[in-house]
Amino acid sequence: MNPILEVRDLSKSFGGLKAVNAVNFKVAEGELLALIGPNGAGKSTCFNMLMGQLKPSSGEVYFLGENLVGKFPRDIWRKGIGRTFQITATYASMTVIENVQMALMSFHKRIYSMLPYAHKMYKSEALEFLQMVGLADQAERHCAILAYGDLKRLELAIALCHNPTLLLMDEPTAGMAPTERESVMQLTADIVTEKNISVLFTEHDMDVVFGHAHRILVLNRGELIANGSVDEIRNNPMVQEVYLGGGNLFESEEAAS
Amino acid sequence: MIEVDSINSFYGKAQILNDLSFSIAAGEVVSILGRNGAGKTTTLKSIMQLVRPRTGSVKFNGTEVVGSPPYKVAKMGLGYVPEERRIFTDLTILENMEVGRQPAREGVPEWSVDLLFELFPNLSERRNNRGKALSGGEQQMLTIARTMMGNPTCLLLDEPSEGIAPVIVEQMAETIMQIKKQRLTVVLSEQNLHFARLVADRAIIIEGGQKRFDGTFAELDAQPEIQEKYLSV
Amino acid sequence: MGLFVAQLLTGLANAATLFLVASGLSLIFGVTRIVNFAHGSFYMLGAFIGYSLMQVLPGMFGFWVSVLLAGLAVGVIGVIVEILVLRPVYKAPELFQLVATFGVILVIQDLALLTWGADDVLGPRAPGLKGIVRVLGEPVPKYDLALIAITPFILFGLWYLIAKTRLGILVRAATQDREMVGALGVNQAWLFTGVFFLGATLAGLGGAIQLPKGGADLLMDFNILAAIFVVVVIGGMGSLPGAYVAAALISILNVFGVTYLPQSTLVLMFVVMAVVLMIKPYGLFGREEVAGEHGQVGEPERPIKPAGIAVRLLVAFGIFLLALLPWFGSDFAQVLTADVIIFCLFAASLHFILGLGGLVSFGHAAFFGGGAYVAALLVSYLQTPMEVAFLLAPIGAGFAAFIIGWLCMRLTGVYFAMLTLAFAQLIWSLVYQWGEFTGGDDGLVDIWPAAWLNGTTPYYYFTLFFGIGGILILRHVAHSPFGYALRASRDSARQAEATGINTKRIQWAAFTFAGALAGLSGALFVFSKGSVFPTELEIGRSFDALIVIFLGGVKTLSGAVVGGASLEYAKDFLTRFEYWRLTLGLIIIFVVIVAPEGISGTMRKMAERVGIIRGREGDS
Repeated sequence: MNPILEVRDLSKSFGGLKAVNAVNFKVAEGELLALIGPNGAGKSTCFNMLMGQLKPSSGEVYFLGENLVGKFPRDIWRKGIGRTFQITATYASMTVIENVQMALMSFHKRIYSMLPYAHKMYKSEALEFLQMVGLADQAERHCAILAYGDLKRLELAIALCHNPTLLLMDEPTAGMAPTERESVMQLTADIVTEKNISVLFTEHDMDVVFGHAHRILVLNRGELIANGSVDEIRNNPMVQEVYLGGGNLFESEEAAS
Repeated sequence: MIEVDSINSFYGKAQILNDLSFSIAAGEVVSILGRNGAGKTTTLKSIMQLVRPRTGSVKFNGTEVVGSPPYKVAKMGLGYVPEERRIFTDLTILENMEVGRQPAREGVPEWSVDLLFELFPNLSERRNNRGKALSGGEQQMLTIARTMMGNPTCLLLDEPSEGIAPVIVEQMAETIMQIKKQRLTVVLSEQNLHFARLVADRAIIIEGGQKRFDGTFAELDAQPEIQEKYLSV
Repeated sequence: MGLFVAQLLTGLANAATLFLVASGLSLIFGVTRIVNFAHGSFYMLGAFIGYSLMQVLPGMFGFWVSVLLAGLAVGVIGVIVEILVLRPVYKAPELFQLVATFGVILVIQDLALLTWGADDVLGPRAPGLKGIVRVLGEPVPKYDLALIAITPFILFGLWYLIAKTRLGILVRAATQDREMVGALGVNQAWLFTGVFFLGATLAGLGGAIQLPKGGADLLMDFNILAAIFVVVVIGGMGSLPGAYVAAALISILNVFGVTYLPQSTLVLMFVVMAVVLMIKPYGLFGREEVAGEHGQVGEPERPIKPAGIAVRLLVAFGIFLLALLPWFGSDFAQVLTADVIIFCLFAASLHFILGLGGLVSFGHAAFFGGGAYVAALLVSYLQTPMEVAFLLAPIGAGFAAFIIGWLCMRLTGVYFAMLTLAFAQLIWSLVYQWGEFTGGDDGLVDIWPAAWLNGTTPYYYFTLFFGIGGILILRHVAHSPFGYALRASRDSARQAEATGINTKRIQWAAFTFAGALAGLSGALFVFSKGSVFPTELEIGRSFDALIVIFLGGVKTLSGAVVGGASLEYAKDFLTRFEYWRLTLGLIIIFVVIVAPEGISGTMRKMAERVGIIRGREGDS
């Protein structure tokens, strides 16, 4: 089966520092793939390159066989990739449903129309997406007063508007209460399974990662050090070391403890 | 010396700290451990008032600091060393240290530029270089030296070992031991358990903005499931 | 050769003043992030105070002591302004502080008028430096040579202060990372005050030191404002070497311009600025600014809804009342109300990009005056029928906005605002200096409406139709997908770009659209007055609209309209008094401090508190 997304030798240097170094991986159809690693491992850099917000120093990103490198985020979106943000990005001055309608107006290429009333456009469609994420009863509320977990749901609804093939989710549960994390992640998993959407996500919460990822990629200092199933990653000594520190320097202490 | 009492801190709408409480005694070196995103940085910022806890109290030597501007907290004797090496890149090493200078304080040793250059010989050689010309490790040392110029009675160190070469991490550990000898209280946030074990007397583990463990490293070793759950993968 | 050298020297001498004033502005911006529009006023005060001191302190010693004392006195005034006016509003949205500094300009203008009278003051010549010296056969004033000789010392002194003293180190550190400076135990409030003192002192020195060359008058505050902004923007905000290089560049260019291209001295300055900014968007020595996520600070705006039946009826009733005006009002009332409507349309068009788009333009007058001039030029030169000229005016203004928008769109925030100001000034200087085509200072006259609109009442109805119509169009477009996309680009450019919206292009289109409607108000204006002068393109025009929007409340179009109407009527009322600027300035400062949400926003909040209207859910 052809991969949905294929990343080949992706690298990014800032000055002399190699933030991401020759990373290779594929995302298969319907797969939930987690990208993890300690702070500074290059997760965000890697993600920003996939989204088109950062230009890679070298390497390619193929989406359904087409190279995305050099394209703007908005063009990548049109190809069928949706995304959510680590720090939520929603339109604070609009109502919840208008946030979704905005994405639909963009999808239907109506953003330069000056004649119709925007709040009447694609309303029922937008409501369906809100229903999907459980926000239908809050549709008319002001987005700025939404609880954080609900903002994350709203972002998900926005990201689903153009029927994406692939979703990129940057820390989908960051900043949420622990109980909410599980429900939002379960919701995401259910929706993408139903719609057969592939997901690539970064995450800090290991419960979320182990609970939902089909496969895990581990980055450290810009390099991909592991790529495997949940059990493989759990039992990988190199990954343990990356997360707990260690290395030659502390061998003596390790032996002592 | 520091008493944190059920603080709740937010970034915008995102709640980062959740009813977090702990206390630090004078002369202690305590490490706050947790994965990234656990709320370690926010904990230190909430003590320093760079993030103002929405509820709860933070006392420093018995004085409430919640609501005071950061400069007043700094003047009380709390020294804050940020992560991400927030040095002033357009200023030289000496000038960076001048920004941090505060008058001597009772009960703690007074630091001078010369004393600090003894502690950080690398900085001494490059004292007139601008911040942006320094390596990551040197920048990290400069942030510590700059804060030490304020003669703090308590040092808040945010991830001192992050993103620097192993040999520098070793130096950093030695430096913290040196500082510890000067009877300074130190609170450091860390992801690196081995580094923390090396320098700290006590560990506080947080996850999801909540405290999950508070005790010595011996106690932590006795509970491998805690390590497993909150620190490792 | 001799002439060349002499001119070079004159240019360098002029650069001294420009550098002093501009470096003060640059320092203040670097540390406090406040664009201090009152900086020209500090400069003017320096000149007047220096003049008064020179009357009592005789001789060479007295002259230089007066210069120094004038600088220090203005420094103290700067501190007073900072503590009384700016401290209360540091937490307000960034640009709100601008409005406070507008208020300060007005207050200082009238205080200067009160103290020194309306007549220009001839600067005393510097004792001991009165004559000229021949350089390669060309006469050069001794005082110019003295200034050239002094400038390096000033530069050195300033450099020493910034490079070597603790204050200077703190200033540079705070320019880079204010929060960190605070965390290291430095009280920002006093650092800000210190920087204001320093900046104001420099402006005061600049004003006093140019007395023998230029004297003092009540227009010098605005006259220097454009030049120092150009210098700061070309040099790079917050950069002292940049300010010096740019000041020298502009001054020398200016002197040569006077000789070789006498018609283009003003134009030249803005052309240089435009060219520099297109190559280096953050100035010669400036660094890139990372813009915040939101185009606005403070509380997010509320969702907008098309008006309900009640409001529609109310608006219809209001229009009905306006339509009845000719039956019960005098001719004067009709003219005044027409003026108000025209101004409201102008303010509403700026509100469209500022309120909905978060794009702060300092140069919106370019499109108001632009529209007026397009119509006037068509009528004057091509005898175009009024109806056609009236329609072509907004198209011409829209086209100007299309070009200027394209050039400015790469920048954000204050830099965007500065660039719009530069282009507006470019257009103003073109019109002002290209006298044989535009009439220059004399303007274009005899631009009357067609016969069927002749007379106060017909033209009143014409204004009512197009003015109110324009405002209603703006309002409708705000509720259309285009208006929503514009708000989306402001609320979260990240999300908008990630969902297929080309935010820059949306903003560019909005800028063009707003320019066209400003052009429409300009066209209404020119045919109601029968003439147009370069003042319609001036900074002051742009400021009027900005003040109205900030005071009325950025968040709602009604704020702009209500604010516009209040300001026009208030001006009409206040200008009957001698010191109306003082009053207006104090009112503005008062509103800024007391009602940081603008009049309509604050009234709404108060109404919610006492329960007249329903509050937003979630508000406590």
